[in-house]
Amino acid sequence: MSRRARRMLFLAAIAVAGTVLIAGFTDLPGFGHYRGPYGKVLNDLAVPQRHGTDVVTAVNFDYRAFDTLGEEFILFAAVLGLAIVLRQRRGEHTRAPDERGDEHRFPGASSALGAVGLGLVGPTLLLGLYVVTHGQLTPGGGFQGGVVLAAALLIVFLAGEYLVMRVMAPHALVELGEAAGAASYALIGLGGLIFSGVFFHNFIALGTPGKLLSAGTIPLSNIGVGIEVAGAFILLWTEFLDQALVVRGT
Amino acid sequence: MEPLQVMVLALLALGAPAVVLTHDPLRQAFVVGVYGLFLAALFFVLQAPDVALSEIVVATVALPIMILLALAKIREHEREDE
Repeated sequence: MSRRARRMLFLAAIAVAGTVLIAGFTDLPGFGHYRGPYGKVLNDLAVPQRHGTDVVTAVNFDYRAFDTLGEEFILFAAVLGLAIVLRQRRGEHTRAPDERGDEHRFPGASSALGAVGLGLVGPTLLLGLYVVTHGQLTPGGGFQGGVVLAAALLIVFLAGEYLVMRVMAPHALVELGEAAGAASYALIGLGGLIFSGVFFHNFIALGTPGKLLSAGTIPLSNIGVGIEVAGAFILLWTEFLDQALVVRGT
Repeated sequence: MEPLQVMVLALLALGAPAVVLTHDPLRQAFVVGVYGLFLAALFFVLQAPDVALSEIVVATVALPIMILLALAKIREHEREDE
């Protein structure tokens, strides 16, 4: 297709898409005027019913926990697919760790970057643990906290110590964590089925709203999802890092 | 609409073309991260801190790292082809 024809096609497409968008936008509720009833209902009911002060987490891990199960396995399947696509193929070989050892380091990692990075690992890990365990009380939860936990390991790599990152997170352990985290969330759902007769029913004592141990199964679900997400992202990054730094073609 | 919301929306209107108009993919990885931070700020001033947290971790940690690693792999292929 010539440049001119491509431009004509683009202009025609954007004219149609723009018209539809503008027509759609004119029918939206005004800014700040929320029409749906469900948000208001949940805002009023979540704390008395589930004893969790973060309504968003209560929705994600209780009222629509089954949807979250699906989302969780989307991430699981995506990372599984990536691990299969990026596996070491015939004709590729890994470089031995001590051979050309400098290339295992992040190019340009100065000692200042290393010091700042290593200083950040602890606080980042702590922040991740906080976000995972306080999902039922404040904004955050398993997904966000899990990525922060994985980021703590990524900082080890950025500080210039790729091999240390591999030692701190061995492949087998990361894979086990990802699978066990995903399974534990499904098992919590099954627990609801066994103890209350409904899949994902909140079957643990709800406790006092605002306390760390409250909202029944919600904090447990968050920890399971946190482990799964952290494992999934570490696996994702190490597969990519292996491709970029270690695996070589013939 | 609060003045803060107007300000963040204006930043987004500037940031989105900046991402598209950055041609070097290496720089684009950083610009898209900054754009993600603006987006997180928008979610925050619209009182959706949960969404803001998700946006921060995805846009500033997960996405740029994957772009950078893909670029590193592509460059290595180009070097081997030379």
